[in-house]
Amino acid sequence: MCLRVEDHVILDVDKKGPKVTITVDGKVIEAYEGEPILAALLSSGIRINRYTVKKHEPRGIFCGIGQCSDCSMIVDGQPNVRTCITPVKAGMVIKTQDGLSKGESK
Amino acid sequence: MIENRDIVVVGAGPAGLAASIEAGRAGADVLLIDLNMKPGGQLFKQIHKFFGSSAHRSGTRGYDIGLQLLKEAEKAGVEIWLQSTVMGVFPGNLIGIEKGTDAGEKELVTLKAKKIIVATGASENVVRFKGWTIPGVMGAGAAQTMINVNHVRPGRKIVMLGSGNVGLIVSYQLMQAGCDVVALIEAAPKIGGYAVHAAKIRRAGVPIYTKHTIVEAIPGEDKTVSKVVIAEVDDKFQPIPGTEETIEADTVTIGAGLKPALDIVKLAKCDLTFNGPFGGFIPLHNEKMETSKEGIYAAGDATGVEEANTALEEGKIAGISAAESLGLISSDKAEAEREEIWKRLTALRMGPFGERRLKEKENVLHEYKEKIGAPSEWN
Repeated sequence: MCLRVEDHVILDVDKKGPKVTITVDGKVIEAYEGEPILAALLSSGIRINRYTVKKHEPRGIFCGIGQCSDCSMIVDGQPNVRTCITPVKAGMVIKTQDGLSKGESK
Repeated sequence: MIENRDIVVVGAGPAGLAASIEAGRAGADVLLIDLNMKPGGQLFKQIHKFFGSSAHRSGTRGYDIGLQLLKEAEKAGVEIWLQSTVMGVFPGNLIGIEKGTDAGEKELVTLKAKKIIVATGASENVVRFKGWTIPGVMGAGAAQTMINVNHVRPGRKIVMLGSGNVGLIVSYQLMQAGCDVVALIEAAPKIGGYAVHAAKIRRAGVPIYTKHTIVEAIPGEDKTVSKVVIAEVDDKFQPIPGTEETIEADTVTIGAGLKPALDIVKLAKCDLTFNGPFGGFIPLHNEKMETSKEGIYAAGDATGVEEANTALEEGKIAGISAAESLGLISSDKAEAEREEIWKRLTALRMGPFGERRLKEKENVLHEYKEKIGAPSEWN
Protein backbone atom coordinates (compact mmCIF):
# COMPACT_ATOMS: atom_id res chain seq x y z
CA MET A 1 0.00 0.00 0.00
CA CYS A 2 2.18 2.80 -1.30
CA LEU A 3 0.78 6.29 -1.48
CA ARG A 4 3.70 7.93 -3.29
CA VAL A 5 2.71 10.15 -6.20
CA GLU A 6 3.88 8.52 -9.42
CA ASP A 7 3.64 10.05 -12.90
CA HIS A 8 2.61 13.66 -12.54
CA VAL A 9 1.71 16.01 -15.41
CA ILE A 10 3.61 18.96 -13.91
CA LEU A 11 5.88 17.83 -11.09
CA ASP A 12 9.14 15.94 -11.36
CA VAL A 13 8.35 13.29 -8.75
CA ASP A 14 11.45 11.21 -9.44
CA LYS A 15 13.80 13.78 -7.91
CA LYS A 16 14.37 12.29 -4.45
CA GLY A 17 17.12 11.81 -1.89
CA PRO A 18 18.82 8.42 -1.42
CA LYS A 19 16.53 5.54 -0.44
CA VAL A 20 17.00 4.51 3.19
CA THR A 21 15.10 2.60 5.87
CA ILE A 22 13.67 3.81 9.16
CA THR A 23 12.00 1.87 11.97
CA VAL A 24 8.50 2.81 13.08
CA ASP A 25 7.16 1.07 16.21
CA GLY A 26 9.48 -1.83 15.45
CA LYS A 27 8.53 -2.10 11.77
CA VAL A 28 11.08 -1.25 9.07
CA ILE A 29 9.79 1.01 6.28
CA GLU A 30 11.38 2.64 3.25
CA ALA A 31 11.97 6.39 3.17
CA TYR A 32 13.95 8.96 1.22
CA GLU A 33 16.63 10.85 3.08
CA GLY A 34 15.75 14.52 3.54
CA GLU A 35 12.00 14.18 3.10
CA PRO A 36 9.83 15.00 6.14
CA ILE A 37 9.41 11.95 8.41
CA LEU A 38 5.64 12.44 8.11
CA ALA A 39 5.77 11.99 4.32
CA ALA A 40 7.55 8.66 4.67
CA LEU A 41 4.95 7.50 7.22
CA LEU A 42 2.00 8.53 5.04
CA SER A 43 3.52 6.79 2.03
CA SER A 44 3.43 3.56 4.04
CA GLY A 45 -0.13 4.17 5.18
CA ILE A 46 0.81 5.11 8.76
CA ARG A 47 -1.69 7.78 9.77
CA ILE A 48 -1.58 7.91 13.58
CA ASN A 49 1.34 9.84 15.05
CA ARG A 50 0.37 10.32 18.67
CA TYR A 51 -2.32 9.90 21.33
CA THR A 52 -3.61 12.88 23.35
CA VAL A 53 -2.74 13.37 27.01
CA LYS A 54 -6.16 13.38 28.69
CA LYS A 55 -8.53 11.42 26.47
CA HIS A 56 -6.03 9.20 24.73
CA GLU A 57 -7.42 10.08 21.30
CA PRO A 58 -5.41 9.42 18.13
CA ARG A 59 -4.00 12.33 16.12
CA GLY A 60 -2.42 12.56 12.68
CA ILE A 61 -1.36 15.16 10.10
CA PHE A 62 -3.43 18.31 10.43
CA CYS A 63 -1.50 21.42 9.28
CA GLY A 64 1.54 19.81 7.65
CA ILE A 65 3.71 22.91 8.15
CA GLY A 66 4.94 22.83 11.74
CA GLN A 67 2.20 24.87 13.39
CA CYS A 68 -0.23 22.46 15.07
CA SER A 69 2.07 19.72 16.50
CA ASP A 70 -0.54 16.98 15.94
CA CYS A 71 2.09 14.90 14.09
CA SER A 72 4.53 14.88 17.04
CA MET A 73 6.31 11.56 17.67
CA ILE A 74 9.31 10.14 19.52
CA VAL A 75 12.32 10.23 17.20
CA ASP A 76 15.56 8.56 18.33
CA GLY A 77 14.38 8.85 21.92
CA GLN A 78 13.44 12.52 21.63
CA PRO A 79 9.71 13.21 22.26
CA ASN A 80 7.57 15.99 20.74
CA VAL A 81 9.29 15.98 17.37
CA ARG A 82 7.10 17.58 14.70
CA THR A 83 7.48 14.97 11.98
CA CYS A 84 6.18 17.29 9.23
CA ILE A 85 9.19 19.60 9.47
CA THR A 86 11.88 17.15 10.55
CA PRO A 87 13.87 15.45 7.78
CA VAL A 88 14.48 11.71 7.53
CA LYS A 89 17.94 10.38 8.29
CA ALA A 90 18.94 6.78 7.57
CA GLY A 91 18.23 4.40 10.45
CA MET A 92 16.00 6.70 12.48
CA VAL A 93 13.97 4.95 15.17
CA ILE A 94 10.48 6.40 15.43
CA LYS A 95 7.74 5.64 17.93
CA THR A 96 4.11 6.65 18.27
CA GLN A 97 3.92 9.14 21.13
CA ASP A 98 1.53 8.54 24.03
CA GLY A 99 0.59 11.71 25.89
CA LEU A 100 3.39 14.15 26.67
CA SER A 101 5.95 11.31 26.88
CA LYS A 102 9.19 11.68 28.74
CA GLY A 103 11.12 10.17 25.86
CA GLU A 104 14.05 7.89 26.45
CA SER A 105 17.71 8.35 27.08
CA LYS A 106 19.70 8.00 23.88
CA MET B 1 27.85 38.63 22.85
CA ILE B 2 24.72 39.64 20.98
CA GLU B 3 25.01 39.75 17.23
CA ASN B 4 23.77 42.91 15.50
CA ARG B 5 21.86 42.94 12.23
CA ASP B 6 20.44 45.73 10.10
CA ILE B 7 17.24 43.93 9.23
CA VAL B 8 15.78 40.63 10.40
CA VAL B 9 12.93 39.31 8.26
CA VAL B 10 10.70 36.62 9.78
CA GLY B 11 9.17 34.25 7.24
CA ALA B 12 10.69 33.28 3.87
CA GLY B 13 7.50 33.19 1.80
CA PRO B 14 6.81 35.64 -1.05
CA ALA B 15 6.50 38.70 1.23
CA GLY B 16 9.62 37.92 3.29
CA LEU B 17 11.72 37.04 0.24
CA ALA B 18 10.64 40.20 -1.64
CA ALA B 19 11.36 42.37 1.42
CA SER B 20 14.79 40.76 1.89
CA ILE B 21 15.70 41.19 -1.79
CA GLU B 22 14.81 44.90 -1.83
CA ALA B 23 16.63 45.62 1.43
CA GLY B 24 19.63 43.50 0.44
CA ARG B 25 19.93 45.25 -2.92
CA ALA B 26 19.93 48.60 -1.11
CA GLY B 27 22.98 47.42 0.82
CA ALA B 28 21.39 46.35 4.11
CA ASP B 29 22.75 43.39 6.05
CA VAL B 30 19.67 41.15 5.94
CA LEU B 31 18.96 37.95 7.85
CA LEU B 32 15.89 35.97 6.75
CA ILE B 33 14.54 33.38 9.18
CA ASP B 34 12.13 30.49 8.47
CA LEU B 35 11.09 27.45 10.49
CA ASN B 36 10.65 25.19 7.47
CA MET B 37 13.17 22.88 5.80
CA LYS B 38 13.12 24.98 2.62
CA PRO B 39 12.49 28.67 1.88
CA GLY B 40 9.63 29.83 -0.37
CA GLY B 41 6.71 29.54 2.05
CA GLN B 42 3.63 28.24 0.30
CA LEU B 43 4.88 29.18 -3.21
CA PHE B 44 6.32 25.73 -3.84
CA LYS B 45 2.96 24.07 -3.50
CA GLN B 46 1.34 26.40 -6.06
CA ILE B 47 1.73 24.30 -9.19
CA HIS B 48 -1.00 26.10 -11.12
CA LYS B 49 -0.34 29.09 -13.37
CA PHE B 50 -0.89 32.51 -11.83
CA PHE B 51 -3.42 35.04 -13.17
CA GLY B 52 -2.93 38.77 -13.74
CA SER B 53 -0.65 40.86 -15.90
CA SER B 54 2.83 40.04 -17.18
CA ALA B 55 4.21 42.44 -14.52
CA HIS B 56 2.87 39.89 -12.06
CA ARG B 57 4.24 36.86 -13.87
CA SER B 58 0.85 35.60 -15.07
CA GLY B 59 1.09 32.20 -16.69
CA THR B 60 4.00 31.29 -14.43
CA ARG B 61 3.62 28.54 -11.87
CA GLY B 62 4.10 29.42 -8.20
CA TYR B 63 7.12 27.20 -7.70
CA ASP B 64 8.94 28.81 -10.65
CA ILE B 65 8.34 32.21 -9.02
CA GLY B 66 9.77 30.73 -5.82
CA LEU B 67 12.93 29.58 -7.60
CA GLN B 68 13.38 33.02 -9.21
CA LEU B 69 13.04 34.74 -5.83
CA LEU B 70 15.57 32.43 -4.19
CA LYS B 71 18.12 33.27 -6.91
CA GLU B 72 17.49 36.99 -6.51
CA ALA B 73 17.81 36.73 -2.72
CA GLU B 74 21.15 34.99 -3.09
CA LYS B 75 22.36 37.69 -5.50
CA ALA B 76 21.24 40.40 -3.07
CA GLY B 77 23.43 38.84 -0.37
CA VAL B 78 20.56 37.80 1.91
CA GLU B 79 21.54 35.32 4.61
CA ILE B 80 18.86 32.65 5.21
CA TRP B 81 18.50 30.58 8.38
CA LEU B 82 16.18 27.63 7.86
CA GLN B 83 14.70 25.34 10.52
CA SER B 84 14.89 28.35 12.80
CA THR B 85 11.96 29.59 14.86
CA VAL B 86 11.58 33.05 16.34
CA MET B 87 10.64 32.35 19.97
CA GLY B 88 10.35 35.90 21.18
CA VAL B 89 10.85 39.57 20.44
CA PHE B 90 11.69 42.08 23.15
CA PRO B 91 11.94 45.89 23.53
CA GLY B 92 14.98 47.24 21.75
CA ASN B 93 14.30 44.83 18.87
CA LEU B 94 15.96 41.86 20.55
CA ILE B 95 14.99 38.60 18.88
CA GLY B 96 15.23 35.14 20.45
CA ILE B 97 15.69 32.37 17.89
CA GLU B 98 15.74 28.60 18.22
CA LYS B 99 17.98 27.04 15.57
CA GLY B 100 17.88 23.37 14.61
CA THR B 101 15.32 20.59 14.16
CA ASP B 102 13.13 19.05 16.87
CA ALA B 103 15.09 15.80 16.51
CA GLY B 104 18.56 17.33 16.56
CA GLU B 105 20.53 19.56 18.86
CA LYS B 106 18.94 22.95 19.30
CA GLU B 107 20.70 26.22 19.87
CA LEU B 108 19.23 29.43 21.25
CA VAL B 109 20.49 32.62 19.67
CA THR B 110 19.69 36.21 20.59
CA LEU B 111 20.07 38.91 17.96
CA LYS B 112 19.58 42.64 17.95
CA ALA B 113 18.01 44.05 14.79
CA LYS B 114 17.75 47.67 13.78
CA LYS B 115 14.55 46.82 11.89
CA ILE B 116 12.22 43.80 11.96
CA ILE B 117 9.98 42.77 9.07
CA VAL B 118 7.20 40.37 10.02
CA ALA B 119 6.15 38.20 7.07
CA THR B 120 4.73 35.25 8.96
CA GLY B 121 1.86 34.49 6.60
CA ALA B 122 -1.36 32.83 7.71
CA SER B 123 -2.73 29.60 9.12
CA GLU B 124 -5.72 27.55 8.03
CA ASN B 125 -9.16 27.89 9.61
CA VAL B 126 -10.94 24.77 10.78
CA VAL B 127 -14.57 23.69 10.77
CA ARG B 128 -15.60 21.77 13.85
CA PHE B 129 -17.89 18.80 13.23
CA LYS B 130 -18.11 15.55 15.17
CA GLY B 131 -14.88 13.68 14.56
CA TRP B 132 -12.92 16.65 13.19
CA THR B 133 -9.87 15.71 15.24
CA ILE B 134 -9.49 12.09 14.11
CA PRO B 135 -6.58 11.19 11.82
CA GLY B 136 -7.55 11.67 8.20
CA VAL B 137 -9.17 15.07 8.77
CA MET B 138 -6.75 17.83 7.80
CA GLY B 139 -6.36 21.28 6.31
CA ALA B 140 -6.64 21.54 2.53
CA GLY B 141 -3.25 23.24 2.60
CA ALA B 142 -1.78 20.31 4.52
CA ALA B 143 -2.98 17.92 1.81
CA GLN B 144 -1.58 20.27 -0.86
CA THR B 145 1.82 20.30 0.86
CA MET B 146 1.88 16.50 0.96
CA ILE B 147 1.08 15.98 -2.74
CA ASN B 148 2.89 18.91 -4.35
CA VAL B 149 5.94 19.32 -2.12
CA ASN B 150 6.45 15.84 -0.65
CA HIS B 151 4.84 13.86 -3.48
CA VAL B 152 2.85 11.69 -1.09
CA ARG B 153 -0.93 11.29 -1.11
CA PRO B 154 -2.61 11.94 2.27
CA GLY B 155 -5.25 9.32 1.43
CA ARG B 156 -7.13 7.75 -1.47
CA LYS B 157 -10.74 8.95 -1.25
CA ILE B 158 -11.10 12.59 -0.36
CA VAL B 159 -14.05 14.71 0.75
CA MET B 160 -13.24 18.41 0.32
CA LEU B 161 -15.06 20.89 2.55
CA GLY B 162 -15.18 24.42 1.12
CA SER B 163 -15.42 25.65 -2.46
CA GLY B 164 -13.29 28.78 -2.26
CA ASN B 165 -10.24 28.93 -4.52
CA VAL B 166 -8.20 26.80 -2.11
CA GLY B 167 -10.89 24.09 -2.02
CA LEU B 168 -11.25 24.10 -5.80
CA ILE B 169 -7.56 24.24 -6.72
CA VAL B 170 -6.51 21.65 -4.16
CA SER B 171 -9.32 19.31 -5.25
CA TYR B 172 -7.98 19.43 -8.79
CA GLN B 173 -4.39 19.00 -7.66
CA LEU B 174 -5.38 15.99 -5.51
CA MET B 175 -6.80 14.42 -8.67
CA GLN B 176 -3.59 15.24 -10.57
CA ALA B 177 -1.71 13.38 -7.80
CA GLY B 178 -3.90 10.31 -8.27
CA CYS B 179 -6.45 10.74 -5.46
CA ASP B 180 -10.15 10.26 -5.91
CA VAL B 181 -12.12 13.36 -4.84
CA VAL B 182 -15.48 11.84 -3.99
CA ALA B 183 -17.33 15.01 -2.97
CA LEU B 184 -16.96 18.77 -2.73
CA ILE B 185 -19.09 20.22 0.07
CA GLU B 186 -20.10 23.89 0.30
CA ALA B 187 -22.47 25.42 2.88
CA ALA B 188 -23.32 28.45 0.74
CA PRO B 189 -25.85 28.13 -2.12
CA LYS B 190 -23.12 28.89 -4.68
CA ILE B 191 -19.50 27.96 -5.31
CA GLY B 192 -17.17 30.47 -3.65
CA GLY B 193 -14.09 30.53 -5.91
CA TYR B 194 -13.39 31.43 -9.52
CA ALA B 195 -15.54 29.76 -12.19
CA VAL B 196 -12.41 28.74 -14.15
CA HIS B 197 -11.27 26.54 -11.25
CA ALA B 198 -14.77 25.20 -10.56
CA ALA B 199 -15.17 24.23 -14.22
CA LYS B 200 -12.17 21.88 -14.03
CA ILE B 201 -13.75 20.08 -11.08
CA ARG B 202 -17.12 19.87 -12.82
CA ARG B 203 -15.56 18.49 -16.01
CA ALA B 204 -13.80 15.81 -13.99
CA GLY B 205 -17.18 14.71 -12.67
CA VAL B 206 -16.69 15.47 -8.97
CA PRO B 207 -20.09 15.60 -7.23
CA ILE B 208 -20.58 19.12 -5.85
CA TYR B 209 -22.92 19.55 -2.89
CA THR B 210 -23.82 23.21 -2.34
CA LYS B 211 -26.02 24.08 0.70
CA HIS B 212 -24.43 21.10 2.48
CA THR B 213 -22.05 20.58 5.36
CA ILE B 214 -20.20 17.74 7.08
CA VAL B 215 -22.04 16.46 10.14
CA GLU B 216 -19.61 13.79 11.19
CA ALA B 217 -16.41 11.99 10.27
CA ILE B 218 -16.65 8.36 11.42
CA PRO B 219 -13.52 6.37 12.26
CA GLY B 220 -13.08 2.80 11.08
CA GLU B 221 -11.33 -0.09 12.83
CA ASP B 222 -7.96 1.57 12.28
CA LYS B 223 -9.23 4.68 14.19
CA THR B 224 -8.86 6.91 11.11
CA VAL B 225 -11.58 8.31 8.83
CA SER B 226 -13.65 5.68 7.03
CA LYS B 227 -17.00 7.38 6.46
CA VAL B 228 -18.23 10.95 6.20
CA VAL B 229 -21.81 11.99 6.95
CA ILE B 230 -23.05 15.09 5.14
CA ALA B 231 -26.39 16.89 5.36
CA GLU B 232 -28.24 19.73 3.70
CA VAL B 233 -28.25 23.04 5.59
CA ASP B 234 -30.99 25.63 6.05
CA ASP B 235 -30.64 29.39 5.50
CA LYS B 236 -28.85 29.68 8.83
CA PHE B 237 -26.35 26.96 7.85
CA GLN B 238 -27.88 24.48 10.31
CA PRO B 239 -28.09 20.81 9.18
CA ILE B 240 -31.64 19.73 8.27
CA PRO B 241 -32.52 16.46 10.07
CA GLY B 242 -33.42 13.64 7.71
CA THR B 243 -31.21 14.85 4.86
CA GLU B 244 -28.08 12.97 5.99
CA GLU B 245 -26.08 11.01 3.45
CA THR B 246 -23.06 8.79 4.13
CA ILE B 247 -20.01 8.83 1.88
CA GLU B 248 -17.18 6.28 1.92
CA ALA B 249 -13.91 8.22 2.27
CA ASP B 250 -10.61 7.98 4.13
CA THR B 251 -9.73 11.67 4.14
CA VAL B 252 -11.46 14.99 4.81
CA THR B 253 -9.70 18.19 3.73
CA ILE B 254 -10.93 21.50 5.10
CA GLY B 255 -10.62 24.57 2.88
CA ALA B 256 -12.35 27.14 5.06
CA GLY B 257 -10.08 30.12 4.60
CA LEU B 258 -7.04 31.42 6.42
CA LYS B 259 -6.26 33.80 9.24
CA PRO B 260 -3.17 36.01 9.61
CA ALA B 261 -0.39 34.64 11.85
CA LEU B 262 -0.07 37.30 14.54
CA ASP B 263 2.25 35.76 17.14
CA ILE B 264 5.13 38.15 16.56
CA VAL B 265 3.20 41.38 16.10
CA LYS B 266 1.32 40.55 19.31
CA LEU B 267 4.59 39.98 21.19
CA ALA B 268 5.76 43.35 19.90
CA LYS B 269 2.48 44.89 21.16
CA CYS B 270 1.64 46.29 17.72
CA ASP B 271 -1.87 47.78 17.53
CA LEU B 272 -4.34 45.42 15.85
CA THR B 273 -7.66 45.95 14.11
CA PHE B 274 -10.38 43.43 13.25
CA ASN B 275 -11.07 43.01 9.55
CA GLY B 276 -13.36 40.19 8.40
CA PRO B 277 -12.49 40.20 4.68
CA PHE B 278 -8.77 40.04 5.55
CA GLY B 279 -9.31 36.97 7.75
CA GLY B 280 -9.58 38.40 11.28
CA PHE B 281 -7.25 40.53 13.39
CA ILE B 282 -4.41 42.24 11.51
CA PRO B 283 -1.70 44.69 12.57
CA LEU B 284 -2.53 48.30 11.71
CA HIS B 285 0.06 49.65 9.29
CA ASN B 286 0.78 52.72 7.17
CA GLU B 287 1.66 53.02 3.47
CA LYS B 288 5.26 52.09 4.34
CA MET B 289 3.99 48.81 5.86
CA GLU B 290 5.27 50.05 9.24
CA THR B 291 3.19 48.95 12.24
CA SER B 292 2.33 51.11 15.25
CA LYS B 293 5.81 50.31 16.59
CA GLU B 294 8.73 52.17 15.07
CA GLY B 295 11.02 49.92 13.06
CA ILE B 296 8.64 46.96 13.00
CA TYR B 297 7.16 46.32 9.59
CA ALA B 298 4.64 43.70 8.44
CA ALA B 299 3.75 42.43 4.98
CA GLY B 300 1.89 39.74 3.09
CA ASP B 301 -0.83 37.51 4.51
CA ALA B 302 0.24 38.55 8.04
CA THR B 303 -1.37 41.95 7.29
CA GLY B 304 -4.51 40.45 5.73
CA VAL B 305 -5.00 37.24 3.77
CA GLU B 306 -4.76 37.86 0.02
CA GLU B 307 -2.53 36.08 -2.48
CA ALA B 308 1.11 35.64 -3.45
CA ASN B 309 1.35 38.65 -5.77
CA THR B 310 -0.03 41.14 -3.25
CA ALA B 311 2.29 39.60 -0.64
CA LEU B 312 5.26 40.12 -2.98
CA GLU B 313 4.40 43.76 -3.59
CA GLU B 314 3.77 44.52 0.09
CA GLY B 315 7.03 42.79 0.93
CA LYS B 316 8.89 45.05 -1.51
CA ILE B 317 7.38 48.12 0.17
CA ALA B 318 8.46 46.88 3.61
CA GLY B 319 12.00 46.15 2.38
CA ILE B 320 12.36 49.53 0.66
CA SER B 321 10.93 51.42 3.66
CA ALA B 322 13.18 49.62 6.17
CA ALA B 323 16.23 50.38 3.97
CA GLU B 324 15.07 53.99 3.68
CA SER B 325 14.84 54.38 7.44
CA LEU B 326 18.42 53.07 7.71
CA GLY B 327 19.52 55.82 5.29
CA LEU B 328 20.37 53.34 2.52
CA ILE B 329 17.79 54.69 0.05
CA SER B 330 16.95 58.37 -0.37
CA SER B 331 13.43 59.37 0.69
CA ASP B 332 12.69 60.66 -2.81
CA LYS B 333 13.61 57.36 -4.40
CA ALA B 334 11.77 55.31 -1.78
CA GLU B 335 8.67 57.47 -2.15
CA ALA B 336 8.70 57.13 -5.94
CA GLU B 337 9.09 53.34 -5.74
CA ARG B 338 6.33 53.01 -3.16
CA GLU B 339 4.01 55.03 -5.38
CA GLU B 340 4.63 52.66 -8.29
CA ILE B 341 4.08 49.59 -6.11
CA TRP B 342 0.83 50.91 -4.65
CA LYS B 343 -0.38 51.46 -8.25
CA ARG B 344 0.42 47.82 -9.04
CA LEU B 345 -1.34 46.72 -5.85
CA THR B 346 -4.44 48.66 -6.93
CA ALA B 347 -4.31 46.83 -10.27
CA LEU B 348 -4.13 43.51 -8.42
CA ARG B 349 -7.09 44.42 -6.21
CA MET B 350 -9.58 44.58 -9.09
CA GLY B 351 -12.59 42.50 -10.03
CA PRO B 352 -15.43 41.28 -7.84
CA PHE B 353 -13.08 39.71 -5.26
CA GLY B 354 -10.37 42.36 -5.37
CA GLU B 355 -12.37 45.56 -5.07
CA ARG B 356 -13.52 44.74 -1.59
CA ARG B 357 -9.89 44.19 -0.53
CA LEU B 358 -8.89 47.49 -2.15
CA LYS B 359 -11.50 49.30 -0.06
CA GLU B 360 -10.55 47.41 3.12
CA LYS B 361 -6.86 48.22 2.61
CA GLU B 362 -7.76 51.91 2.29
CA ASN B 363 -9.75 51.60 5.51
CA VAL B 364 -6.75 50.08 7.31
CA LEU B 365 -4.44 52.89 6.15
CA HIS B 366 -7.07 55.45 7.16
CA GLU B 367 -7.53 53.87 10.60
CA TYR B 368 -3.76 54.01 11.10
CA LYS B 369 -3.72 57.74 10.33
CA GLU B 370 -6.64 58.42 12.68
CA LYS B 371 -5.59 56.25 15.60
CA ILE B 372 -1.80 56.13 15.44
CA GLY B 373 -0.54 58.87 13.13
CA ALA B 374 3.14 58.15 13.56
CA PRO B 375 4.74 54.95 14.91
CA SER B 376 5.99 55.09 18.49
CA GLU B 377 9.06 53.64 20.14
CA TRP B 378 8.66 50.24 21.72
CA ASN B 379 9.28 50.48 25.47
